[in-house]
Amino acid sequence: MSIKVINSGLMTTIQDKGRMGYQASGMQVSGDMDRYSASIANALVGNEGDAPLLECTYMGPELEADEDVLVAVAGGEPKVLVDNKPAHAYESLILHKGQHLKVSSMEEGTRAYIAVDGGIDVPLVMGSHSTNLKLGIGGAEGTKLYNGEVLNTGKPTDLAKAIIAGKSHVRHTDHEYMTHHHLWGENHKGDIHEIRIVLGPQDDYFTPEAIRALNGAVYTISNDSDRMGYRLEGEVIQRATQRDMITDGIVFGSIQVPPNGQPIIMMADHQTTGGYPKVATVISADLPLLAQCSPGSKISFKVISVEEAQDIYVKFRLAMKEQIALMDKEAEDATEEEEAVKAEDAKEMEWPDRRPGVRNYNLKIGGQLFHVSVEEIK
Amino acid sequence: MDNVRILTAGDCAVSVEFGQEISLEINHKVMALKTVLEGEHIRGIEEMVPTYCSLLIQYDPMELRYGPLCEKLEELVTNLDYVEMPPKQVVEIPVAYGGEYGPDLGEVARAHNISEEEVIRLHCEPEYPIYMLGFVAGFPYLGGMNKAISTPRKESPRLKIEAGSVGIAGEQTGIYSVESPGGWQIIGRTPLKLYDVNCKDPVLLKAGQYIKFKPISKEEFMAIAKEEFRAMENEH
Repeated sequence: MSIKVINSGLMTTIQDKGRMGYQASGMQVSGDMDRYSASIANALVGNEGDAPLLECTYMGPELEADEDVLVAVAGGEPKVLVDNKPAHAYESLILHKGQHLKVSSMEEGTRAYIAVDGGIDVPLVMGSHSTNLKLGIGGAEGTKLYNGEVLNTGKPTDLAKAIIAGKSHVRHTDHEYMTHHHLWGENHKGDIHEIRIVLGPQDDYFTPEAIRALNGAVYTISNDSDRMGYRLEGEVIQRATQRDMITDGIVFGSIQVPPNGQPIIMMADHQTTGGYPKVATVISADLPLLAQCSPGSKISFKVISVEEAQDIYVKFRLAMKEQIALMDKEAEDATEEEEAVKAEDAKEMEWPDRRPGVRNYNLKIGGQLFHVSVEEIK
Repeated sequence: MDNVRILTAGDCAVSVEFGQEISLEINHKVMALKTVLEGEHIRGIEEMVPTYCSLLIQYDPMELRYGPLCEKLEELVTNLDYVEMPPKQVVEIPVAYGGEYGPDLGEVARAHNISEEEVIRLHCEPEYPIYMLGFVAGFPYLGGMNKAISTPRKESPRLKIEAGSVGIAGEQTGIYSVESPGGWQIIGRTPLKLYDVNCKDPVLLKAGQYIKFKPISKEEFMAIAKEEFRAMENEH
């Protein structure tokens, strides 16, 4: 099976959880910017959490199904259209043969993830399907999607088969799940988003005043921000020493401070090593929210301890697991409920009704015979 | 151990720093800790990135928390002197110096008032330790260049430097693993591919190895390049 790219959108690439295991060779990890939304989109179509899917930015693509296929869109409140009619994000959608799926814009975020049941079928390159634009590897051809491209999809999932055959309910989920569980703040346009950070590894390169000021400091994400890094504009983070540091390793979320004092947060496509001191690191649980912040958004830092950050990390991972488990349960409950109603209907069809207190009659009205059961309701 | 610091790099990584200078002694400690940790198979450790004087350790807090990891690391760093390290590996890198492959060889020679042959001799003499890989896939950070040929970067960087180009920037020498813009003085080029996604091992070099440059002729360059291409086609 395949889907055709009618319009590629602004910047759509194939991603998975990233190219792990080669960072010692200088290989960037890449992968989804918002791992949370990507996992949710995959779960909605019955894929494993790290199945290759489409990540789109600002303006998503328009796709055409060549067979009936199950798709789902999650992320920064994307506007979803099926054959130009509004459809739901955070819900599995059956795309019938020839139908078009369009992700037109993001209402309150930057990126959306489009999962297709079975995943996008592209070769593994160094253990990952993720597109690395710099090296031109991964994805379908190491590039972003282009108009007219045909993407093969993997073996359909059992869930997709059942939903398309009408044997199972579509899955849906609550996009504010993490907010309701107080694992991150609400995400509205114009809000100042709180991003929690852990100090280090090189916080000792900066003045104690600068470190104190970091807690609560507000920064604007500059236009010069992409999958490699978010450049921030705001208070200069003052160095305590002009001593150069020796290049060391970088992680997704490292906050580098170049000589001009304006921080840069390293994102999914970051280089593996760097020579600017890193004042702090964004906690893992807040990276998905940060990935949905667009240029012009304001963020404020909150400094927490590494132990707190790990407690939040564990809670976040468990909540995500629970959210995915709930999709199954809700779909099952809905199916059960439907079956119960059907069973009830079937029962009502039985005549004569043998329950105590029920009287059965044969009524002839206008020449037609009716079986009637009468139950007294007290 | 003195001077060892365990630095926090967020909730999923720590950086063990053995000092703040570029030296073989410190880099050996980084590699020794990496070797020990590989042998320990500690549940939760996902990936390690060795650099000049630090080892970045990425881990999953669902399996391993910060406190116990630090305790373990503190214990391990005290015994690094006794770690059995893999034998020294020297990788020979054939280089065609000068001409179209090394357009800045003349400039480097003139800067030091020596002949081009002398620049080549001095550049081929040492065994260069690979301290780390970074910047882009397969790019080695080398130590040990003779200061007699150290030369400042180009006034204006080139927009395109071919993969395999061997250059000098200040007191450093290096090899471009992928085509990129850059300001290094380019003195030669190797036909070997330092990064080739089509190979089983896409990256040729490893941190901890040594490099020895060997001068080759233009004809030898062509022959090796052809051989590399054939090997790649066979693997496909």
